[in-house]
Amino acid sequence: MKVLVAVKRVIDYNVKIRVKADHSDVDLTNVKMAMNPFCEIAVEEAVRLKEKGVATEVVAVTIGPKAAQEQLRTALALGADRAVHVETEERVESLAAAKLLAKVVEGEQPGLVILGKQAIDTDNNQTGQMLAALAGLPQGTFASEVTVENDKVQVTREIDGGLQTVELTLPAIVTTDLRLNEPRYAKLPDIMKAKKKPLDVKSPADLGVEVASRLTLAKVESPAERKGGIKVGSVDELVDKLKNEAKVL
Amino acid sequence: MSILVLAEHHDGQLAGATAHVVAAAKAIGGDIDILVAGENVGAVAEAAAKLDGVSKVRVADNAAYAHQLAEPMGALLVELAGDYSHVLAAASTTGKNVLPRVAALKDVSQISEILEVIDADTFKRPIYAGNAIATVKSADSLKVITVRTTAFDAVAEGGSASVESVDFVAENGQSTFIKQELAQSDRPELGGARVVISGGRGMGSGENFKLLDGIADKLGAAIGASRAAVDAGFVPNDMQVGQTGKIVAPELYIAVGISGAIQHLAGMKDSKVIVAINKDEEAPIFQVADYGLVGDLFEILPELESKL
Repeated sequence: MKVLVAVKRVIDYNVKIRVKADHSDVDLTNVKMAMNPFCEIAVEEAVRLKEKGVATEVVAVTIGPKAAQEQLRTALALGADRAVHVETEERVESLAAAKLLAKVVEGEQPGLVILGKQAIDTDNNQTGQMLAALAGLPQGTFASEVTVENDKVQVTREIDGGLQTVELTLPAIVTTDLRLNEPRYAKLPDIMKAKKKPLDVKSPADLGVEVASRLTLAKVESPAERKGGIKVGSVDELVDKLKNEAKVL
Repeated sequence: MSILVLAEHHDGQLAGATAHVVAAAKAIGGDIDILVAGENVGAVAEAAAKLDGVSKVRVADNAAYAHQLAEPMGALLVELAGDYSHVLAAASTTGKNVLPRVAALKDVSQISEILEVIDADTFKRPIYAGNAIATVKSADSLKVITVRTTAFDAVAEGGSASVESVDFVAENGQSTFIKQELAQSDRPELGGARVVISGGRGMGSGENFKLLDGIADKLGAAIGASRAAVDAGFVPNDMQVGQTGKIVAPELYIAVGISGAIQHLAGMKDSKVIVAINKDEEAPIFQVADYGLVGDLFEILPELESKL
């Protein structure tokens, strides 16, 4: 079975972001970029499926500018066999990303597609679900455990209040939650070998998808500073304030 | 304008989140209908009909919607969405699972986790783990939106909406519910809790986290932890609140023995009310806390528990 794994280039999660002075967006110039942490978990899961003999081939795909090939090389160093880069300089929203991925899925015919549950830049948590809808496939979102058996996959999902297990017919879409696995680090020899692995470049036009934005980003601002609070002198005063002033007890 | 709100419910009870989503719908303006989908959801529908501002409750009571699997729920919402300008759900795991399917099938974008309604097309939402707030305007004819429930005050009861049933039954040959394991304790899950109490390195040991139990029980709170407490091995990492852990925005967040590093703040600074208990009065957590109490947590916690 072929496994397709989608990865996204995002700002490194350790970076403290700055909003541009003109409020048009977040300032990404000269900022360290990395693979989205949930995508790392997705790559790790795909590679583990290959190591278990479930997956025969792991294909990594990304959508984004030329520089996003760094993240594809990272995925290749971690164990993916080959990569597909859908190159575009435009801002690609979840819906357009899902349409592009649906075309890649149509071409590659994978048995399983693994994505992160959300990207830490836009925090949308949409692409996997949208891809499932467009490809007409079932979805196992927020996965903390994935077991493939014959033509089915059992996915244990992190839901509010606990865990839920669903069984999906393959092919299926899975999105990863934090608890699914602990991603490995790329080793130097693997990073060198990854440079020789195949990487196909396509354009949205090749796939026949229009990526123009449907949502206008009118403004980006820093969150409101929290109003300076007060220090209370005793537990009694704290309980009184929470009951009568904040009214949260 | 007409708005369809997907009701959130668990164990045959309407979840509190729904009243917050209705509040967001009221801020948009227009007729508000609620969709209750599930199996044996009569009581949920009755409770939904009482919410203030609701015109009609539409009930899809069928085994196909038990456990609210994404595939049949998506098909049901797509079937009904044609009657509405907006479809809203809580940004719960159910809402996040189902709504993007609906948006994609209707060929529209989805706007996730709104904090504020500017007008019927324009909304504010957090990006970069809440470190920036984006104002987005949608040109789509149908707006599909999830709502951060803590950002909207719940509507009251007192309405008397009509209740009608929906006959559409979605076919689903692709997904099957196998089992559900809900947390054994009475404690709510971290991401959805109304109150969260978290411990940090100042707790000193995993054993000392028991000091939080009594308070959590009395407040119906979930227990969280800072990365420092997780890295020190006090508690497992699924309790971690922060940029790489869970992002929470409860009504009340109590930080105990947590200094307040940027990464932790990213996970909880959208909480409505923040309380900090720390012996270091210079700790950065006091800069974001609404109420701070400087002192020894080993004395304060038992006293707090006894006085709640």
